[in-house]
This record gives sequence, structure tokens and C-alpha cells, in this order.
Amino acid sequence: MVYRKRLDGRKIDELRPVEAKVGVVSNADGSASFRIGKTWAIAAVYGPREIFPRFLQNPKRGILRCHYSMMPFSGSGERIRPGSNRRAQEISLVIQKSLEPVVDLSAFPNAVVDIFVELPQTDAGTRCAAISAASMALAVAGIPMKDLVSSVAVGKVDDKVVVDLDYMEEHIEEFNPESAAASVADIPVAMIHNTKEVTLLQMDGKVSKEDLIYALELAKKGIEQVYATQVKALKAYFPSE
Amino acid sequence: MSTILVQERAIVVPGEALAEGMDYLPGDNTYREQERIYSKVLGLVSLSGRVLKITPLAGPYIPKIDDKIIAKVTDITMSGWRVDTATAYSAMLNVKDASSRFIKKEEDLSQILAIGDYLVVGIINVTSQNLIDVTMRAPGLHKIEGGRIIEINCQKVPRVIGKQGSMISLLKEKTGCDITVGQNGLVWIKGSTPEQERRVESAIRLIELKSHLEGLTEKVEKFLSEVQ
Repeated sequence: MVYRKRLDGRKIDELRPVEAKVGVVSNADGSASFRIGKTWAIAAVYGPREIFPRFLQNPKRGILRCHYSMMPFSGSGERIRPGSNRRAQEISLVIQKSLEPVVDLSAFPNAVVDIFVELPQTDAGTRCAAISAASMALAVAGIPMKDLVSSVAVGKVDDKVVVDLDYMEEHIEEFNPESAAASVADIPVAMIHNTKEVTLLQMDGKVSKEDLIYALELAKKGIEQVYATQVKALKAYFPSE
Repeated sequence: MSTILVQERAIVVPGEALAEGMDYLPGDNTYREQERIYSKVLGLVSLSGRVLKITPLAGPYIPKIDDKIIAKVTDITMSGWRVDTATAYSAMLNVKDASSRFIKKEEDLSQILAIGDYLVVGIINVTSQNLIDVTMRAPGLHKIEGGRIIEINCQKVPRVIGKQGSMISLLKEKTGCDITVGQNGLVWIKGSTPEQERRVESAIRLIELKSHLEGLTEKVEKFLSEVQ
């Protein structure tokens, strides 16, 4: 009963193919698309702009507001009801919290920067893709920020600690008869690049302390790769000719 | 021993290290963390003396005193007009700053400036909370009549104007249009024909797209001679 080989043939510390592009939504102040395997996030940033309802205003600094949404046919199963739900609200909140430490909105009191993330296609790891996309979109919008945030999920499938779980691995008992009684832990992680501060750490499942420490080491490596992709995409937006 | 880690005019991302050591100083859009200077925005590196700064490639307009901007009247109040500045903050145009003539107390303010009118105004005061006061009582400030207004990335405004106004005079000369560029990124174009206005607009879009490259004026000159 061990998870010998990953279902899609990846190495245990290997990410799915990552692809990033910025400037994909022409009407937004800044936008980015981030794909990791089949998961695809598009982030659009608007603002700083006036905030409504007014009571949300903060006279000391501008606020960041996120909206995460999966598109109706983005999943592999049933149609997803459009609009917000409990899960989307939570993810919106954690995206906002994971980006807040890097953005500096002190020059924009009483204003808001809105981030909208839409997912046209999902295959697990959506909040991580959303964070990576949103961080790039903020940079393109010219919002002052001290660093970029990059994110990847790690986890434990059966007895193996792996990086970047896909939907099949998260539901291993359905897809792999050998692991019928297997347990899965899914740990999305977001980090600030320079300081390696963790701005998002959630977990679904069970994992031992040793495995968690090891998983976070793997996450660090994976995040490095995501960061490199983000930087490349941002620089490629302004070609030298 | 201080070293600079990036080249002049290189594109840097937020959080990218620019220099190491205390000999360099952090300028606009940069910050120091211990020994290193980092970028705070996506932009181009420029080094003047020992000061490192970043010219942002995009970003919001930050209102400054004496800036000339283009604004739209959104409301009429007891003491003047509220105008939209295309930022997160609206501005106030007081009755006494609106015109050089005396406006009587009982006068209908909408007869002077109506809601929806566009104005070329100057900023006279900005508070820490970004409350803005504007005026129309200076040369070159007026109500806009006719023509068209386009919105551009406000960080590109200096490039649309050019060094000592070289770019804007080129545009005016080649198309015969009257062009006013607001620091907030709104541009008013008025020409004899809509075709000429369109020409200016597409030239400005070209400037926006290629502004981070060298030899911009030549590119625009070539573009204008090709597109008639």
C-alpha cells in the first residue's frame, strides 16, 4: 500500500508545466494569467479607486480586496454554480491575506485596489495559481510592493511527500485502486521571495511534524521555480524591441 | 565595497535587488533593507550620481501641487464644483477659483460649468488624505469644448510631452491638432477633422507602447509620415 509512482509520471519534487503571461485583460489596470498543468488562473487588478460601500474605507491606508471565482465549466465534474459561495469567500480572504504583507498602499488612503481572479479551468492548486497570478497582476498595475509572492501546494499522498498535487492525487482513493485506503494531505504554501516569509499555509488532511518540515523544504524549491516563471513573464511584457 | 547589481535602463520587478552596500542611496520607488537596495515597482532602473531610482512602467497618478490635469465635473455643491480626476480621489473647484470674473452668490453654477463638462485645471493643494483643490484661474486653464479625450497610462505622460515638449510639438506640427496632456493621463485632442484626431490618437498609442525604448521621437515621426 504505497504510492510508488505519481499518477501522471512526475518526479515527487516536480511541478506540472508552468506558464505565465501578463497583460491579458486589456481593460484592467494590470492583469496576468498563470497556468500550472491544467489549472489556469486569470487575475485582473483595478485601482486604486474609490471604495464602495463607504464604511469599508480606511483613512490610514488603501485596502486590498480580492474576489476568487471558478467558472461554471472549469471543473472536471459537475457544473459549478457561478457566483460566490462559502469556499470562494474563504479563498478570496486567504489570497488577500497572503498578498497584504507585500503591497504598500499607504499613499492611497480611503481607496481600494481590487483583484479579481477567475479560473477558466481547474485541476487542484487553484488558490496557489490565483496568488501567483494576482501577485504578477499587481506588479503590472504599478502598485508599490516590496516583493512578489509565489505559491505552490505540497502534500502527502499515501506515504510520499510530493509537490503540486493535481486533482487525481488529491482524490487518490478514487483514481488508484492500490491506494484505496490512502490518506492525503494537501498543504498550499505562499512565500515572499526575498525573505522566505510564509504568507499562506493551510492544510487539509493529516501529516507528521517531520513530513511537514520536509514538505515545506520541497515547497521552497517549487516556489523558486514559480518565481522564476513570474519574473520572466513580467520582463517579457516590455520587449527590448 | 558597494556593487550595483543591475544595469542602467534594465527592467526590474518588485523585490529585485538593485545594489549592495551603503554607498548607493535609495531614490524613488526603491527601499533599503539592511545592506541592499530593492525595487518597489515594475520599472526601469536609473542611476543619477549615487541615487538609484526606478521609473515605473505603469501605475496610478499621484496628485501633486502645480500639476495640470484634465478633470470632469461630477457634481455641483454650495461653494463650487466636484470634479473627477481619473484617480481614486475627486477634487473641489471652488467658485472663486473657477473664473477671473466675479460670480454672484445667487448665480446658477450649472450655467457656468455643467455636470459632464471636461476642464483643464491646475492643482493648488493636496492634503495627506489626498483631498485635492483645483483652480481654473491661470493661463492655459479652461473648459474643454469639442475634440476628444483619450485616456493613457499616466506614467507615459512625460514621454508623450517629450524633452522640452519635443514630442508634443512634433505631434502638433505634423497633424495640426491642438493637444493638451493632463498629468493624470487624460489627453485632449482637437483637430480640424476627426481623421487628424485619430492620427494623433494612434501616434499616442504608439508612444505608450514603445515608450521604454530609445529613439522614440524618430519612430513617431516615421509613423506620422506613413499614416496620413
